[in-house]
Amino acid sequence: MVPADRKYAKTHEWVKIEGNLAVVGISDHAQDSLGDITFVDLPKPGAQVRGGSECAVIESVKAAGDLYSPVSGKIAEINESLETVPEKINTDPYGEGWIIKIKDFNAAEFDNLLDAAAYENFLESEA
Amino acid sequence: MSYISTTDTQKKQMLDVCGVDSIKKLFADIPPELQPKSFALPGGKSEFELHSFFQQLASKNYSHLVNFLGGGFYDHFIPAAIDALVSRSEFYTAYTPYQPELSQGTLQAIYEYQSDICRLTGLDIANASLYDGGTALFEACQMAISATGRRKIVMDGGVNPIYRKMINSYAANLSIELVDISVSHGQSDRDAIFKAIDDKTAIVLLQNPNFFGVIDDHSDIVNQCHEKGILAVQSVYPVAMALLKTPGEQGFDIATGEGQSLGLPLSFGGPYLGFMSVRKELARKMPGRVVARTTDTQNREGFVLSLQAREQHIRREKATSNICSNEALCALRAHMYLSLIGKEGFKEVASLCYNKANYAKERIKGIPGVEVMETSPTFNEFTIKLPMDAAECAGKLIDLGFAAGFPLGRYYKGMENYLLIAITEKRTKFEIGRLAEALEAVVCQ
Amino acid sequence: MSIIFKKSVPGRKGVQLPECDVPVLKKIDSKYLRSEDAQLCELSELDIVRHFTGLSRKNYGVDTNFYPLGSCTMKYNPKITEKIAALDGFSSLHPLLPQLRRGGSLTQGALSVIYELEQQLCEITGMDAFTTHPLAGAHGELTGMMLIAAYHKKKGNNKKVVIIPDEAHGTNPSSASIAGFEIRSVPTGENGRIDLEKLIPMIDQNTAAIMMTNPNTLGLFNPDIKKIANAAHAFDAMLYYDGANLNAILGKFRPGDADFDVIHVNLHKTFATPHGGGGPGAGPVGVKKHLEQFLPISRVAKRTDGIYALEYNYPDSIGYIAPFYGNFSVCLKAYAYILNLGAQGLIDVSENAVLNANYVFHSLKHYYEVPYPGTCMHECVFSARKQTENGVHALDIAKALIDKGMHPPTVYFPLIVKEALMVEPTETESKETLDTFIAAMIEIAHRAESEPQVFSDFPKTTPVSRLDETKAVKNMDFSYIT
Repeated sequence: MVPADRKYAKTHEWVKIEGNLAVVGISDHAQDSLGDITFVDLPKPGAQVRGGSECAVIESVKAAGDLYSPVSGKIAEINESLETVPEKINTDPYGEGWIIKIKDFNAAEFDNLLDAAAYENFLESEA
Repeated sequence: MSYISTTDTQKKQMLDVCGVDSIKKLFADIPPELQPKSFALPGGKSEFELHSFFQQLASKNYSHLVNFLGGGFYDHFIPAAIDALVSRSEFYTAYTPYQPELSQGTLQAIYEYQSDICRLTGLDIANASLYDGGTALFEACQMAISATGRRKIVMDGGVNPIYRKMINSYAANLSIELVDISVSHGQSDRDAIFKAIDDKTAIVLLQNPNFFGVIDDHSDIVNQCHEKGILAVQSVYPVAMALLKTPGEQGFDIATGEGQSLGLPLSFGGPYLGFMSVRKELARKMPGRVVARTTDTQNREGFVLSLQAREQHIRREKATSNICSNEALCALRAHMYLSLIGKEGFKEVASLCYNKANYAKERIKGIPGVEVMETSPTFNEFTIKLPMDAAECAGKLIDLGFAAGFPLGRYYKGMENYLLIAITEKRTKFEIGRLAEALEAVVCQ
Repeated sequence: MSIIFKKSVPGRKGVQLPECDVPVLKKIDSKYLRSEDAQLCELSELDIVRHFTGLSRKNYGVDTNFYPLGSCTMKYNPKITEKIAALDGFSSLHPLLPQLRRGGSLTQGALSVIYELEQQLCEITGMDAFTTHPLAGAHGELTGMMLIAAYHKKKGNNKKVVIIPDEAHGTNPSSASIAGFEIRSVPTGENGRIDLEKLIPMIDQNTAAIMMTNPNTLGLFNPDIKKIANAAHAFDAMLYYDGANLNAILGKFRPGDADFDVIHVNLHKTFATPHGGGGPGAGPVGVKKHLEQFLPISRVAKRTDGIYALEYNYPDSIGYIAPFYGNFSVCLKAYAYILNLGAQGLIDVSENAVLNANYVFHSLKHYYEVPYPGTCMHECVFSARKQTENGVHALDIAKALIDKGMHPPTVYFPLIVKEALMVEPTETESKETLDTFIAAMIEIAHRAESEPQVFSDFPKTTPVSRLDETKAVKNMDFSYIT
């Protein structure tokens, strides 16, 4: 089940609004297709990110995926615990496995993302 | 001879399975207008004819000269056991170790080789090999550009000029600024380097011993680099690492070098062996394959290719490097060489080179009109100034049986009278004496 | 087999060196010396011979048994070429020797090898000029991309984009990117060839080059290649041929005849030089006339009097891309192989390589899913999708095959085929060997249905079972610490 409290990008990131921050992670589907995650190359706090552009790299043993920021804004916080325990993304992709928090984000971009039902449909169409 | 064992009867059986009546039909996707316009190659040669043909070609090469040529590529002794062991076809007819269960031999050997390189250079992590010392140095530049986000490279004039030319070629389309700094008295020119490095500089390239054979301790340059957030790489001659301060001890971030001297024949330029080691923090920026020690499902020790997510077969255009095939068999040779020569033997080889080079300097010093450049200490290679064109002199020495050295005018303007002479443990007192006599005869003509 | 450093015995020696026959005149100033010795091992020659012989027995090569690794052309490597490369006149030859007397008169034998190999590669591929300098296939790709960049620069073309099909080897986008280009990926159509309707509109003023492998990594030949060449050339974009799959087309198709502008060939694949457990290879690059002036220096020329000479005076050259003339002894072995086989021998290579691949393809097509039907060239691609329904993946099939005494095919490549199994039998394998492989693959397919649960334990016959790669990445144990 895809949590309904957030929105999704077709590149398999989720965004959840917490106060004035957009929290970003990857979906359960994305972590499952990557396999055992071994390393996350995180951006620096304060960096500007553009919606739809790469802002982090997630590596597993035999794959690597770019994290495309679903919304434009400024990196407010990164999940530093992933530097030592990257497998949190595997075990809890929607919670402890969050990756970045974005401030001053573009709300219109957020509105254009898929809701949970649309994302589930998208996953089915891709399978 | 095509080394094909399928008989005509078998071919017919196989075509039946394929549902066609001729091999030609299997090529039906190639349109008739794209049939080769020509394929004019000679007929095949038998093994016997082939061998005679190449024996004749080989005999046209002057490989019999007494060799004092170096320039980063040396005539060292190669123990017979290396050829015997490396020609075990389980090693040399294997592909890249993608299936670790079938490749523990190659994988363990490469892990051990990586350990050798770390031990030689005093750094934390080595990769499984690169093509040669020059491409290894350029890979170091790419690492630094990626790690620092800067695009200026400062190259010491003591870095092998061939490598600097290679880096020039590779950088041509990459908006990289290259700065060449001339040496001063044969050594790295501190003042000029410190003036050249700034907050746009990604990396400083140094070499030890440098192209003129000069020994240095670059710790002071490395310190200045690090204060400005610049990486520093030292290209090293591995045999000298038996004695000299390691790149690790001098604080370098990256060490690279040409491994040809570690049991590889000169073979007219290759295959050679680029080695690289780095500080642990740079592991994920490192190019090429790397082997890790791990365990299997029954907790037995085993070896696998690791950190593959950096590589081109996974990361494609975002990979740290495009390298795929490397020089695995050459790395195996180097590991065999270092194992055979051993801890004490390696120091002995280096000491022999050093002592014989000093003896050669002493012998040559006595020749009227010839000057040995001695302002800076050297290892196994040194420069002499002749009263004549060095290329002409070296040409005349060929007829006396010597490849006497490398005429520096080819790469350094204004050094037309300078000759770079290399000595290895293979050169005897007698040969050195004869070179000195021949040189005297030529310059005093 | 214990790590070599663990076997070390202080004081033991493997090699005796000659006594120092010169007086010791000075010592290196201590400020230049390392603080402690490099911790190399201390073992006897026999200890070392046993160690490496032991390691070799844990390895698998073409000489061991069938090695159908797709895209790698693991054919038999004739022994005579090794003997030739070991001739002292070649192996002891210093690469700087040609600098000592004008034009390389001291190395006529070696220069003739380079020159004549280049000529033969021109004839085989239909190109106008070759360089032997690139040190591996990917290095050839990089060189080719640098040549294309130099061509556009000279013409004042401002082109930044290289188009590459999604089935291409990973080295293609990587090499183009390292040469300074941006990459656009073009999808593969339903027939397993580049999707022309998507490709053609992508080609425009910005296109510097299109990189293609033909036959591609699915083992399929693209008959529309002329159309693609014309579309590219209309915008002065160069067409690059990745020669990784040249084994399929010797004497059957020459990339030059189809207007390819640049090509690299992998001597360690098509021309039978041994791969050495990962290298060395060699990746000579060929070009058409309009790119010849940009080739790396040095170049070997043959004078009218038959003398071979090294030439450096090419002002438009991209410069040095290797320290010397390429991986010379690899080139030498490839040249010997070409002379050994001759024209008809090379044609036989491709005919039998294609026959063998099709024989395997048709023998297994009812047992494994075929993503792209039709006649394949030198290799065929299956998918283990059907088997995954029972939880048996391509990797499990590979490991099961290991227990049958054979090297597995390439798995999970090309990336566009789910659960890919890519089989390249090569021409040198006999029908008996292929039949043994086919029987093993059929048995594995049956077993994947009847006992899928046993697969995760394979392989069982090897010195180690499956290795913990996650632990390997996390622990980063890349060097033995005593």
